[in-house]
Amino acid sequence: MSKTKKDAIAIHVNGVGKYFGSEPNLVKALDNVSIDIRRNEFFTLLGPSGCGKTTLLRLIAGFESPTFGQMLLDNQDITNLPPYHRSVNTVFQSYALFPHLTVAENISFGLEMLKKPKHEISATVDEMLALVHMEELKHRRTDQISGGQQQRVALARALAPKPDVLLLDEPLSALDYKLRRGMQIELKRLQLETGITFIFVTHDQEEALTMSDRIAVMSNGHILQVGTPNEIYYNPQERFVADFIGESNFIEAEVVSVTKGRSATASLRLAGTRKTFKANMPASKSKDKTATVFIRPEHAKLQKSTRGATLTGTLTNMLFFGTDTNYHLELDNGDAFVVRSQNEIGHAFHPAIGDKLGVVIDEQAIQVLKD
Amino acid sequence: MARKLSEMEAERIKRKNRANWLLSMPAILLLLFAASGPLLIVIVYSFLTPGNYGGILWEFSGEAWFKVLFAQDIFDDTISLSDAHLSIFWRSVQLSFLTTLICLILGFPTAYFIATRPPKTRNIWLFLITIPFWTNLLIRTFAILELIRNKGVINNSLISLGIINEPINMLYTDMAIVIGMTYVYLPLMVLPIYAAMERFDFRYVEAGFDLYASRFKVMRRIILPIIKPGVIAGSILVFVPSLGAYVTPRILGGGKNLMIGNLIELQFGQGKNWPLGAALAVTMLLIVLLALIFYMRISQRSEQKDAQ
Ligand SMILES: Nc1ncnc2c1ncn2[C@@H]1O[C@H](COP(=O)(O)OP(=O)(O)OP(=O)(O)O)[C@@H](O)[C@H]1O
Ligand SMILES: [Mg+2]
Repeated sequence: MSKTKKDAIAIHVNGVGKYFGSEPNLVKALDNVSIDIRRNEFFTLLGPSGCGKTTLLRLIAGFESPTFGQMLLDNQDITNLPPYHRSVNTVFQSYALFPHLTVAENISFGLEMLKKPKHEISATVDEMLALVHMEELKHRRTDQISGGQQQRVALARALAPKPDVLLLDEPLSALDYKLRRGMQIELKRLQLETGITFIFVTHDQEEALTMSDRIAVMSNGHILQVGTPNEIYYNPQERFVADFIGESNFIEAEVVSVTKGRSATASLRLAGTRKTFKANMPASKSKDKTATVFIRPEHAKLQKSTRGATLTGTLTNMLFFGTDTNYHLELDNGDAFVVRSQNEIGHAFHPAIGDKLGVVIDEQAIQVLKD
Repeated sequence: MARKLSEMEAERIKRKNRANWLLSMPAILLLLFAASGPLLIVIVYSFLTPGNYGGILWEFSGEAWFKVLFAQDIFDDTISLSDAHLSIFWRSVQLSFLTTLICLILGFPTAYFIATRPPKTRNIWLFLITIPFWTNLLIRTFAILELIRNKGVINNSLISLGIINEPINMLYTDMAIVIGMTYVYLPLMVLPIYAAMERFDFRYVEAGFDLYASRFKVMRRIILPIIKPGVIAGSILVFVPSLGAYVTPRILGGGKNLMIGNLIELQFGQGKNWPLGAALAVTMLLIVLLALIFYMRISQRSEQKDAQ
């Protein structure tokens, strides 16, 4: 089962754009997007509403053709291939279940179109019904089941033909927490077992971080960054990415000096402090005098005394989250800063609102952003 | 407790039903008087004796019903099936069926076309479809006559273009009747199909394509079953008035190609046999009923076949 490196790409999107309408109402739903999605990868598209996630899925499914650019599926040009000739199935954001068919008939539809033998169809339908826990409702019409049940049927219908690529447009959004958790685990198991490439759209960043092999963060029809959940979370390249995923602190810093090695290292001074620290400098910023740095709240530590602290400020608010507490500070220069720390039993340190506190930040936790 | 609740629910539904009945009372009364009343009179008349100069005599007689299907030879009194009537029935059914079929073939793509236009232009197209209704049926039928007669617009232009030498004889044929009825009833096919299509969610088509259905399969397995009520309504709206058509076969069929409507008119007019006219009218009703039952059977069977 060894594959060449070229083989490993399932979907290759090359400089694709999709414009709707015409001037002056031109909508650039996607603008010059390029990504490679690997075979059997769990690939997630993450981004705010209207950033073009559904549009990208629709292009891959073949419901729209791109305004420009090219798409390959398993090294075959599919840019102008009709959807029924692509081994790609979609779980629609709006479900789009056939209203004149029952749950079981919806699931068997794709298999029938592929002219699978009868016994195989009924076996697969039963398997899919069990997977989404819908056995009891198999003879119901789809307009007589709840939204969450419809979503599960949509999932089963798209999975049944075992496509090469499965496109999932917020497939779990209508499910309650427990069912959602269960389905997440099932989906992940399926992806690993079947070898299907999953392209997944979600608004839920926790879902994205726990399930994905890689995540693409999108904004305004562009892909800003593609990386593993770890890279996206710990090394966001741009402010938007850092801001969109998890909580972040942004601080302006002055560039004191830049030493060029294999990668540029800069000596920086945080606004309102005297201490300097070293950090990797993005190549595009090597000539700038100021930079924005980014620090995750959980990478900063609070201490009682301001001596030896990286930053100092006044505690303005505390939010309790069970395992953690968020401490909101107003720094001496007026900026806001959040520290997140784990709650421990018998913790001796109980700051009160209005206290003057110190924040300690490890040099490694400081990341310079491109913008 | 659960029983009590289900009883309460039943009671609630009953109350709701009563309210619904009350609300539909005006419509029900109107139907009763305007539709059932005259029908009853026609049925009663069909069992009476014809008057000498038209009208009826209040004496029971089964003769009209006998004459619907049978003929008695004037010379030797032998009884045989009435070929004249049966052939007119048969022709009426054939021509109406053909008209319905052609209306469906022409009307379906038209409705599809309109339903897939942007909402703003849809209304313009619908408006255009209804324009023929603005003029009187008689005038429209004469317009068709003007088009298809031997020295009419179509033949003249075909001859002047050199496509044909002799005019094609279209007028006073069954074809003329079908053309006329198709023209008159086409909107009645387009409108219900359009109404069904307009509500049709075209995302189902995408879902079909996504699940490997070709264009043909999407049409047969998704679009048609979902808009079937519209197709059935359109077919009934075209078939039923076609079967009873009077003006069109009279003008375009020219007296010799009769349909049931003309036959009935003949009995009330020249024939001076009102009971026979009434019996023929009831017969036509029965034919419509039979045709509808047959049609429903077929569409139900195709549904079951689809479900398998
Ligand atoms: N058919 C269309 N005509 C015009 N504009 C469109 C069309 N489809 C999408 N758009 C626009 O393209 C942009 C991207 O839409 P898209 O549906 O891809 O967003 P999305 O990321 O899926 O959002 P959401 O998370 O809300 O589903 C939006 O600004 C949308 O208004
Ligand atoms: Mg979307």
